[in-house]
Amino acid sequence: MDNNQDKQGRALELPKPEHLMRLALSDSGFVFDPVTGNSFSVNGSGLAILRRLQQGTDLPGIVASLSEEFEVDILAAERDVIEFANLLRNTFR
Amino acid sequence: MKHDPVLTVAITGMNAVPDNPGAGLAVARCLREAYGQRIRIVGLGYDALDPGLHRREYCDSAHLLSYPGSGTDAFFERLAEIHDIERIDVLLPCLDAELPLLVNLAPRLAALGIRSYLPGPEQLARRAKDRLSDLAREAGVASPETLPITQADFFRDCERKDWPFPLMVKGVFYDARMAANREEAEIAFRAIVAEWGLPVLVQRRITGEECNLAGIGDGTGALLGEVMMKKRATTSRGKAWAGISIHDEELAKTAQRLVAALKWKGPIEIEVMRDNQGVYQLIEINPRFPAWIYLSQGVGRNLPAMLLALALGEAPPALQPPRPGMLFIRYAEETIVPLSSFESLMIEGHSEPESQQP
Repeated sequence: MDNNQDKQGRALELPKPEHLMRLALSDSGFVFDPVTGNSFSVNGSGLAILRRLQQGTDLPGIVASLSEEFEVDILAAERDVIEFANLLRNTFR
Repeated sequence: MKHDPVLTVAITGMNAVPDNPGAGLAVARCLREAYGQRIRIVGLGYDALDPGLHRREYCDSAHLLSYPGSGTDAFFERLAEIHDIERIDVLLPCLDAELPLLVNLAPRLAALGIRSYLPGPEQLARRAKDRLSDLAREAGVASPETLPITQADFFRDCERKDWPFPLMVKGVFYDARMAANREEAEIAFRAIVAEWGLPVLVQRRITGEECNLAGIGDGTGALLGEVMMKKRATTSRGKAWAGISIHDEELAKTAQRLVAALKWKGPIEIEVMRDNQGVYQLIEINPRFPAWIYLSQGVGRNLPAMLLALALGEAPPALQPPRPGMLFIRYAEETIVPLSSFESLMIEGHSEPESQQP
């Protein structure tokens, strides 16, 4: 992703794209990694973020669509995305 | 001379204590599901209480063997006695301790008409725990440093020799225990020496996730039909109680390099730890199918059925593509055994379906 900086100009650190792309996502929020065998669950926002990441959407795009879908302001959406990205990074460390 | 077209397959390893089951029952289950009543399965065990011997849906008859420790000749003679009764077409051993005998007995068994699909003695020796590091190096696979020791005194000052706790303490044939300190290490050392003798192996502990791969080596260096599993729950002895199928090309390549280096022939289980850097570290290679092999049937890659085809010189059946995300969950279950069946195994060393009648 080329445009993954927040409004303060900080780069969003995400797991490697190949790690994200291989995840099997279920509408229930169940996530399975077929390579490691790990599974975890995410809430609706997390699932929405993961789906957008798999589609290759950049940070501003994810924040804008989350803001619209969940009716939250841009800053709150951005905070959630960054927090979730940290969780993902730890999961795939 | 046998005239019926039904194939008779003898399978060992019918022991199934919950914390460390043999693979025999799972192998029999795979074959029954693949072949139905087109095969007769002869269960072979060492104890009349081996539960697999009493599961008539999987074993059509059951026999007790001589312990491998009784020597090659005694082991062969007992197998020959059973062959006289059962006319065994193929023998599928499922216990580590049997392999050294059976790889040497294979020609004598073949002369009786009993086929098998086994590695040679040198192949078997090269994957032994005390030579595993050499094999890993040759195959370009990472493995934790391992040191053979003969005295428990090693643990007195091992931390000063750059062997900090926790450490894995292993028998040269079997058993592995984690030791968090000197006391635990000495207890593990004594227990392993008492059961398996010297040397004892000390191995640096790798933290990470344990994954296992089962497959079949074709004897020319190719690995056939690999099935990979990550443990999701373990017994107190670290054996899988639940697991999930995975597929990682990196693990497949690791296993292919090891099988190629060995030119392995027969079933194989490769145990690895995926360390915190994502590197697969070779922990152990078992010369047989694992107890979780029924998962191979669950993912459409029935490896025991493939092994039987190879042993018969037939083209192996086509396998489904790898199918990650299939779980197995083991459970304990009581099998009801008529006294007559137990008596028959105890006294005569074999039991037949009719002796099941109450």
